[in-house]
Amino acid sequence: MRPKLELLDKPFIERILGEAFELISDPGVRVAPYVVELLRGAGIKVGDGVARIPESVARRAIESVPHEFYLYDREGLPAVRYGGDHVHFDPGSSCLNILDPETQQARPATSADLVRLVRVAEMLPQFAAQSTAMVCNDVPQEIGDWYRLLLVLWYSEKPVVTGAFSASSLHTLLELLTIESGGSDALRRKPRAIFDVCPSPPLNWSEFASQNMVDLARAGVPAEIVSMPLAGATAPVTLAGSIVQHAAECISGITIHQLAQRGAPIVWGGAPAIFDMRTGRTPMGAIETAMLDVGCAQVGKYLGLPTHAYMVAGDGRLIDAQVEMESGISAVLGALAGINMISGAGMLDFLACHSIEKLVIDAEAIASAQRLIEGIETRTESLAVAMFAQTGLQGDFLKLKETRELFRREQHFPSSVMDRGLAGMDENSHGVLGRARDRVEELLSGYERRAIDSGREQAMIEFAQREGSSAGLDGLPEILRPEYAREPGLI
Amino acid sequence: MPDTFSAMRQTIIDGAPDTASALAQEAVAAGVAPLDAINNGYVPGMHDVGEQFARGQMFLPDMMASAEAMRAAMAVLEPELKKLGTERPMAGVVVLGTTKGDIHEIGKILVGTMLTANGFRVHDLGVDVSGEKFAAKARELGADIVGVSALLTTTMRNQKSVIESLEKAGLRSHVKVMVGGAPVTRGWAQEIGADGYAKDAMSAVALAHELMEQKLQGAAAGPV
Repeated sequence: MRPKLELLDKPFIERILGEAFELISDPGVRVAPYVVELLRGAGIKVGDGVARIPESVARRAIESVPHEFYLYDREGLPAVRYGGDHVHFDPGSSCLNILDPETQQARPATSADLVRLVRVAEMLPQFAAQSTAMVCNDVPQEIGDWYRLLLVLWYSEKPVVTGAFSASSLHTLLELLTIESGGSDALRRKPRAIFDVCPSPPLNWSEFASQNMVDLARAGVPAEIVSMPLAGATAPVTLAGSIVQHAAECISGITIHQLAQRGAPIVWGGAPAIFDMRTGRTPMGAIETAMLDVGCAQVGKYLGLPTHAYMVAGDGRLIDAQVEMESGISAVLGALAGINMISGAGMLDFLACHSIEKLVIDAEAIASAQRLIEGIETRTESLAVAMFAQTGLQGDFLKLKETRELFRREQHFPSSVMDRGLAGMDENSHGVLGRARDRVEELLSGYERRAIDSGREQAMIEFAQREGSSAGLDGLPEILRPEYAREPGLI
Repeated sequence: MPDTFSAMRQTIIDGAPDTASALAQEAVAAGVAPLDAINNGYVPGMHDVGEQFARGQMFLPDMMASAEAMRAAMAVLEPELKKLGTERPMAGVVVLGTTKGDIHEIGKILVGTMLTANGFRVHDLGVDVSGEKFAAKARELGADIVGVSALLTTTMRNQKSVIESLEKAGLRSHVKVMVGGAPVTRGWAQEIGADGYAKDAMSAVALAHELMEQKLQGAAAGPV
C-alpha cells in the first residue's frame, strides 16, 4: 500500500473548483493584450484587460491537457515522469545569494557557485532534475536567464526546471535548448527542460507571463504554472480561499495555454505561502504553507493533471535545527501528497539564499521521504512465520538468507551526512554542517563532466559567444577563459 | 482633556475609523486645537501601535486598521488646520515606491503609513516604478528621502538603478535613499550605495529621522 496524504475530500474539492470557475468568470482574470485575440476567438469576453472565462471553455481546455508526459535526459532517455503519483525533487531556483561554503554568510552568487551546485546535484540520485538554481551575479543581468541554462546544460545530463524572466529571453532560452537537443522537432519530441511561468496574484496573467504561456505551448515545450497566492495578503486569508485562488489562476492559465496549442504539456503547480501577519514575510517552512501545497496539488490531481509545488525550503538564515526541521517535514508531506515535481531543496531564508551544504542535507530528508512512500511491502510469502521456522526462539535472524537478500530493499542507508554511529563519527565533533561540507567535497571529487556531442557543443559555444559579446560578456565564465573567448573549442 | 486624548489614542489602537472620526469632530466642535488632537491624541496611538507591532503583539491586519483610523481622524483635522492657517510641522518629504518589475506593495504601504503618522509628507508612486520616475518625482517635490521597496530577489537589483537614476539626474547629493523589502539586507543596501536599510515599518521611521538628521548636519556643514 502506497502511503498517501490527503487534506481535502471530494465534496470539498468540488466546492473549491466551483468557486474557482466562478472567479474566472466573475470578476474574471486580468490578461495581457498579447492574448486578447486568442481568447476572443474562443468566445471569451475581454474588456478593459479583464477576461471573463466561461466554465465550459475552461473545462474544454482542461480536458485537452495531457495527463502524463516525460522530461528527457541528455541521452534522450525518459528521466522525469509528470503525472499520476510519481514524485521527483529538484533544487530551488533563481536564487540571488548563496551561503558561502567557508564563512556560512550570505553573499551574491556567481557562475562558479552555480556550477558547484549543479555538479553536486548531478551526483545525488535524490534529484531527478536540475534547476537553474542561482542568478549569476558575475554575468550581465540581460543575459542572465540563458547563461544560467547554458551552465546547467553544460555540466548536467539531467532534465532541467528553468524559466524566463522576460518575454524576449524565453526565445533565447528556447534557441539554446533547440541547439542542445539537435533541432526544434527533437526538442518538442523529447523536451529536456520545463519552464516555470508565474501569474501575479491575484488572478493576473501579466504581459510576459501571458506571452510565455502562448509561446511555450506553440513550441511544444512543457510549461509549469507557479501560482503564488499569499494567504491574507494577495489572496484570501483562509487556506481554503487561497486554494480556490490557486485553482482559478491555474485554470485560467491552462485556458490561455491550451487555446494557443491544444494538447501541449502543462503542469498544475505553485509556490503558495501564508503571509506572516507579524512580519509581512512569506514563510516557506510554515506548516500552513505545506498544507497549501498539498491542498493545491490535490485539486490538480483530482482533475487528472501533472502537479508541482515549492517545498523542502526553510526560513532560518543559517543551517540549523529550524531550517532542517522545516525542510524535512515539507519533503515528507510533499512526497506523501504524490506531487510530481517538488522544487526548493537547498534554499533557506524565505527563498533568498541557496546553500550547497543544505542541499546535501536536504537530500537525506528526501531519501527518507522517498523510502517512506515505498511503504511497507510484502516481500516474502509468509511475513514472519517462515523465518521463525528457521530460527525458532533463538532469534538468530542475522544469519538468515532472507535477511541478506532483503535488508538492502528494506533499509535506506543514509550518507555520511547523517550520524548513525559509523566508525569515525565519534571523533567527528564538527556536527552536521561539517559532515555536509565533507560530503560536498566528496561528491565534487567524484564528479566528471561528460562532453556533449561535439557538433552541438560547438554550436552552443558559438551561440553563447554571439549572444554574450553583444552584452559585453568577457569570455564565457566557467566554460571558456576570456583569453580563449574567440577560439571556440579551447576549454 | 486628557480623557479625550486617551480616547483618541484608543481609537487608533483599536483600529476604529468611525470613532476616531467622531471624536475628532467632537473635539473640533468643543474648540480643541486640531494640532493638539493630532499630537496628543492620535499620534501617540500610532506610536503605541508601532511599538506593539515591533514586539510581535500586534499584527499587520490590526496595523492596517489603525492606519485607516488615523486617516479618518486626519481627514477631519487637516482641513481645520488649514482653516486656521497652520500646518503640522513636517519631518521631511519622502518619495516611496516599489521597484520596476515588482507589483508588491503591502510593506511599502505600511512604511508610508508609519512615516505619515510620524509627520513625514509621503508621496507614494505605487508599484513597478522606474528609476527615472523616482528621480523625476524627487526633483518635482524637492524630496529629502527616496524609499525603494522590492519583494522579489529578481527585482531587488532594480533598487540600484534608482540610485543610478538619482545620480544621473544630479540629485543624489540632496536625496537620501533608503531600501527595504523581504529579500533586502543591510549588506545589500551597502553594496548598492543606499544610505540606509530598514527591516520593517517601525525601523523605517527611525531610519528616516536619522537620515533627516544626517541631511541637516550635512547642509549645516556646507559643501566639502
